[in-house]
Amino acid sequence: MLTYIIRKSFMAVPILIGIATITFLLNFVFVPGDPVRIAMGNHGDPATIEMIREEMGLNDPLYIQYGRFVGNIFRGDLGISYTTRRPVFEMIMERLPATAMLAVSSMVIAILLGVTAGIISAIKPNSILDYLFMTGAMIGVSMPVYWLGLILIVIFAVNLNVLPVGGYGTFAHLVLPAIALGVRQAAHIARMTRSSMLEVIDKDYIKTARAKGLSEKVVVIKHALRNALIPVITVIGTQLGYLLGGTVLTEVTFSWPGVGRMAIDAVNRRDFPLIQGTVLFLAAIFIVVNLLVDLSYGVLDPRIRYD
Amino acid sequence: MSEKILEVNNLKTHFFINKGVVKAVDGVSFSINKGETLGIVGESGSGKSVTSSSVMRLIPTPPGKIVDGEILFKGENILNKSMDEFRKIRGNEIAMIFQEPMTSLNPVYTIGDQIAEAIQLHQGLDKKEALKKAVGMLEKVGIPAPEDRVHEHPHQLSGGMRQRVMIAMALSCNPELLIADEPTTALDVTIQAQILELMRELRDEFNTAIMLITHDLGVIAEVADKVAVMYGGRVVEQTDVKTLFKNPKHPYTAGLINSIPTLEGDSGRLEPIEGNVPDPFSFPEGCKFANRCPFATDECMTKEPQLEKAEKGHDVRCHRWENLDLKK
Repeated sequence: MLTYIIRKSFMAVPILIGIATITFLLNFVFVPGDPVRIAMGNHGDPATIEMIREEMGLNDPLYIQYGRFVGNIFRGDLGISYTTRRPVFEMIMERLPATAMLAVSSMVIAILLGVTAGIISAIKPNSILDYLFMTGAMIGVSMPVYWLGLILIVIFAVNLNVLPVGGYGTFAHLVLPAIALGVRQAAHIARMTRSSMLEVIDKDYIKTARAKGLSEKVVVIKHALRNALIPVITVIGTQLGYLLGGTVLTEVTFSWPGVGRMAIDAVNRRDFPLIQGTVLFLAAIFIVVNLLVDLSYGVLDPRIRYD
Repeated sequence: MSEKILEVNNLKTHFFINKGVVKAVDGVSFSINKGETLGIVGESGSGKSVTSSSVMRLIPTPPGKIVDGEILFKGENILNKSMDEFRKIRGNEIAMIFQEPMTSLNPVYTIGDQIAEAIQLHQGLDKKEALKKAVGMLEKVGIPAPEDRVHEHPHQLSGGMRQRVMIAMALSCNPELLIADEPTTALDVTIQAQILELMRELRDEFNTAIMLITHDLGVIAEVADKVAVMYGGRVVEQTDVKTLFKNPKHPYTAGLINSIPTLEGDSGRLEPIEGNVPDPFSFPEGCKFANRCPFATDECMTKEPQLEKAEKGHDVRCHRWENLDLKK
């Protein structure tokens, strides 16, 4: 297993370099606008602008800039933000707790709701509850999260005035964004749990479990669910990776000071190092979460071995 | 007369599907005494597996439903029991082993866990004691190095080993009735013989009654005391195993016996029963076997025969049994 982890980590290196290259090219080749000019506004003195450009290395040929960028990454240096003049890594770390808190709490909501609804739907297929849950899940996956966010704000913050409109700091601030995000993830998880459980519930070993005299609860939870979990864990892992990378729309809707909102601000200000840094960071998180998902397969199913 | 452990009277299990009603089991009666082995034999679709699932109350509902009849286990009708009550019997006093050892064990738990689970549930032992008992059971069913095997997962065992594990699991609570649904069908011939031998030994040791479902008359000849031959959801002939092979009275039974290859056979060709079991919706109106029966008359096509007592302990469902000489 250790060799598997090491091999996977080595495989991550070319992936990260590839992603770094793509973001670099996208920034410099395809994104219009000069970061210095945007920072200085329209009235900047051309000589000053030129000086700053020189200082930031923006006048160097692209390949030199690229080499410098990749070289710095290997030293763990994601660069200095154009706008704040602070290390990008430090800025990301500062925003990470907010993003992680939102990601984890919405994921908890999503797993509780999604797995429960999926199991109930699967053990009573075509029942009223099944239709209810699956219609709900269909609406859940089709609903844009910012729209649901706005509706929740209108109901709970504006009309009922029981929760804050947005912001960060207390538990009350967390409730609406976590629900808005969680509902959508729950819908995905519910659908996956249902179809995976339906596949398992007719297996011979479920009949064996019933024949032993076990109660339906034990049969479903112990014997069926664990076998049905692998695809569900895959979905949860992908979603968690996406959530930890910062959920741009939710963070903007609820003025949540997370990584996603910082990334949007960075794009608006053409803060290239910050854009590249957040994208790379997101990619790294995805790789780590995927590795954890891979490893969890082996815990769930002893037939899966890593060699 | 010895004590009846299981008595099934006029059991009817029907499946209600879009196309109509499939009468998979339609008025089946038989009984099994303590320590006795009843073989239930028939082709695919004859209703033998549905009969065994009905006794275990494992019929998926819907679409299936036991619409009539009674299943008396030690004199009590289990169909009148609540599911909670019946669960105390299931896996404890009545246990079952299935056809597919490859898929009948849960792949994510060790075999020890799976055997211990039933022991913990029904005998109230703690996990450690139950595992110890599981090791003992594995030893009894002839699994080498049971202390190590108990911690292995099903995928680490061969098919024959897995069926031994299934048997160990089924017998772990000393059931009074063991239902074996085609226990050897999925196994190699040599392994089949070992498993049958094992079942025989364990029956003698624990005095367990066995209800053995099979399509293989060879298996019946090996282990059964009594035989019920099923066709189209009904019992067509029922007697002890010796009489059945020596003196079959139903043309279907005779057909089954004739289709067994023999070493001294002179023709070199097998004699199959012509045709197939018909679609459940298009059984003949009269005798269900009439369209495949070489002796069928007009009466057979229109009037359904009843199960008649041909001799003491020998029942047959055929209009013409008195006029046929089917002896080999």
